[in-house]
Amino acid sequence: MKNKKTIIIIIAFFVFIFFSLVINYNPGLEIGENFLDFAISMLRVLPAAFLLIGLFEVWVDRETIEKHFGDDSGLKGYFWSILLASTTVGGTYVAFPVAYSLYKKGAKYSTIFTYVGAAALVRIPMTLFEASFLGIKFTIIRLGTSLPLIIITSIFLEKLLKYKEISFRKENK
Amino acid sequence: MKYLYIVTSVSMIISIITDWKKTIKAVKISLNKMFKIMPNFLQMLIMIAIILYFVPDEVIVKYLGKSAGGVGTVLGLSFGTITMMPGFIAFPLGGILLDKGVSYMNIAAFTTTLMVVGFVTFPVEKEYFGVKITVLRNVIGFFIAVIVTLVIGLFFGEVF
Repeated sequence: MKNKKTIIIIIAFFVFIFFSLVINYNPGLEIGENFLDFAISMLRVLPAAFLLIGLFEVWVDRETIEKHFGDDSGLKGYFWSILLASTTVGGTYVAFPVAYSLYKKGAKYSTIFTYVGAAALVRIPMTLFEASFLGIKFTIIRLGTSLPLIIITSIFLEKLLKYKEISFRKENK
Repeated sequence: MKYLYIVTSVSMIISIITDWKKTIKAVKISLNKMFKIMPNFLQMLIMIAIILYFVPDEVIVKYLGKSAGGVGTVLGLSFGTITMMPGFIAFPLGGILLDKGVSYMNIAAFTTTLMVVGFVTFPVEKEYFGVKITVLRNVIGFFIAVIVTLVIGLFFGEVF
């Protein structure tokens, strides 16, 4: 349904641009020019970025990473949860059920929160896109700042929850 | 962009040498993803093309550029917090805005809150974690986004 609306918008836009060309309607021509500008600069980046994402999905072996998630001792636990998060395909939506099942399997709160936080911040396909459009420097600074913060705040959150005796929802999901 | 091409070509060559079939599969996956996102992508480009016709570049720079100061950053943080947009749309949009003179810092404010604060995903998250944890997690996320924004601003020489 939502897609239908999008298609209608796109068709309407091209019809509008076409008639602007025919009757030489200036605002329409300028908007069309804007669009063409953006589309061309996107076309320069998109195919390469999407190819990288395709290669990533084919070559990364998620099962090995998932197997390692079990031994969440000390720093290694955070390492694996970030690695698992970085290979998340799809949005944060996907991360919540995974986090919940990790919780049921007895993973520590801090590793779970690290996983969810990292799933939002370092998903590799998304990060590749970021670096392609905003530059590698931007991405490196962002990762370098946010990852340590995610781990630190996850540990803090775990302490807080234990102290306040708050827990995840009890019902089965 | 130069790096993107280098990294992609090297990865492709290695992939082709190692496993031809897997590479074909990778290409298929990427084409598939590209076609799937295309309608939304075109819609974004159309909306931006129209909006930027009505909003002159000078206005954008004034409110979201380097010299906009705190105003632009607060705008970026608010937009990112309230809206929901996949990274596949948000980063290209960021690229366009960057060309228009929006500062790195304000783009970081937007994209980072977009990633970390789940205003729209709140109902889903609370089903798994409960309301308290969800609120805590998102508030913490917001502050992380603020710190990231400031650090980006510092490294790109946009603050002080």
